Amino acid sequence: MADSQQISTGAKTGAHADLAVNMLHSPKERAVEYALGFCALVSVLTTLGIAAVLLVESLHFFAEVSIVEFLTETRWTPQFIDKHFGIWPLLSGTLLVTVIAALVALPIGLMSAIFIAEYAPERVRKILKPGLELLAGIPTVVYGYFALTFVTPLLQTFVPGLNIYNALSAGIVVGVMIIPMVSSLSEDAIRAVPRSLAEGAYALGATRIEVVLRVMVPGAVSGIVASFILALSRAIGETMIVTLAAGAMPNLTANPAESVQTMTAFIVNVSLGDTPQGTVEFYSLFAVGLVLFLMTLSMNFLANLIIRRYRERY
Amino acid sequence: MTASQQYNERLERRRRKGLVFSVLLFLATTSGLVVLVTLIVDVVVQGAQWLDWEFLTRFPSRIPENAGIKSAIVGSLWMILLTAAISVPIGVASALYLEEYAPRGWLLKIIQININNLAGIPSVVYGILGLTLFVRFFALGRSLLAGALTMALLILPIIVISAQEALRAIPEGIRESAFALGATRRQVVWSHLLPMSAPSIMTGVILALSRAIGETAPLIMIGALTFIAFLPTSALDPFTVLPIQIFNWTARPQADFQGLAAAGIIILMVVLFLMNLSAILLRNYFEKYRAR
Repeated sequence: MADSQQISTGAKTGAHADLAVNMLHSPKERAVEYALGFCALVSVLTTLGIAAVLLVESLHFFAEVSIVEFLTETRWTPQFIDKHFGIWPLLSGTLLVTVIAALVALPIGLMSAIFIAEYAPERVRKILKPGLELLAGIPTVVYGYFALTFVTPLLQTFVPGLNIYNALSAGIVVGVMIIPMVSSLSEDAIRAVPRSLAEGAYALGATRIEVVLRVMVPGAVSGIVASFILALSRAIGETMIVTLAAGAMPNLTANPAESVQTMTAFIVNVSLGDTPQGTVEFYSLFAVGLVLFLMTLSMNFLANLIIRRYRERY
Repeated sequence: MTASQQYNERLERRRRKGLVFSVLLFLATTSGLVVLVTLIVDVVVQGAQWLDWEFLTRFPSRIPENAGIKSAIVGSLWMILLTAAISVPIGVASALYLEEYAPRGWLLKIIQININNLAGIPSVVYGILGLTLFVRFFALGRSLLAGALTMALLILPIIVISAQEALRAIPEGIRESAFALGATRRQVVWSHLLPMSAPSIMTGVILALSRAIGETAPLIMIGALTFIAFLPTSALDPFTVLPIQIFNWTARPQADFQGLAAAGIIILMVVLFLMNLSAILLRNYFEKYRAR
């Protein structure tokens, strides 16, 4: 009797509130929520960690080498007795490889995207698309092997005076690696253009190529540009291909037949060699890493911004 | 010449232009595949003669004829298991929080943008983080654990993004009906969302791990040794992995070592192929299962 009375008063006064407390604020529920939330913070902490490590360790470098020298000097000779730390040779090496990669990947990637999106019948599409995506799944060290032992000897038969380590071979293979990035993102962008626009153009008597070049591609241009930027940022950050095939010579040149060192290859070479920790040569890898990080981060940010814009448009 | 004649003439030209263009498009699309096939054929031709049982069961050696890849295979297995053990729980938990718990707002937006950007950071930068944080600051040395932690951070964004997609694919009605029966959010997650999304999460995890198994640069950064003539017995031991062994052999000038590199690449590609195949089979199996 007493029990049932207690229950009934309970029900009258606050069973609803009890239930709510029970469900949403029980310690166990909260513990789970906080634990999951902490895991979600790991990704934020990773970004902060990368930024902090690069900034703090670069300070050791910039304590000995002025930022002006870093940005204006044209020699990069950390291993020599007469040390110079000018980022330009590494930057030009990176840009040279990236430009060659872009010349390979942007046209081929965009043309593949157009073919897969507009021309290929469903059956062919089902083979081509995963086939191209396989290119993105091949480990970069395998591409590096391919560039050094297959592409370079092949190119040497056409290009006289081609160094064993050269920007051309590395750039071409980096380009092949990023084809799938350009093609799959550009294809998505082309498919996002409303079908009615294409049909309107067909109704006016346009041929297929005219529809593609004058309607679909212009309609998808922001997505295509975003895919270009993402692919190039990937090329800038690519490490193993350039370490194996482009060489280890910081070289301020625009000649693709010469050996160059990219920023990523320099970073790897410092940690491969026996550079003692705590020296200015060792800390220079953080300064180079910081430049690399800022370049790729801003490119990714820009691309994501463009993607978000164009999604809202249609 | 009448207008209609002019039109017909021009139409002929336009059609020809279209034909040329479509052939060009086809050639461009297949050129990527041609390179892929060339790469595979080249590797197989170069590496096949080095590939035998001894190659799999011997330690690396300075004499090409005696060199094997045993320590690299075992190291890669350790690396993958440790990386999975670290990154899968954190990745799935992050996705659960972002999709099921987090209040919609600027904080969620920032975390999401951050995850998308993390996926685009070069792997060598993760290597710098691993070198500074795990190897030096936490004094883990050049160990398997330091390598696995670095790899786990590297593939975390991929796992989070694919797990989020898996969770988003579950109809809202499932959650609502469970809530209507009085289940708490935790119970909904454990009893409905995780079991239902498990196959697609698994697929994403396998693909992320197959990225990790081929990564070289971050492990070179943390100083994974290339000449290891023993097997690791704990997570704190030094190690080598398949891609690093391949890199080491490729970088040597002697042709024999490049043959060894090709043989190592065959092993790595077979492992990758099996992982991708299992991801595809898993997805197909559960798609069929769900359709019934």
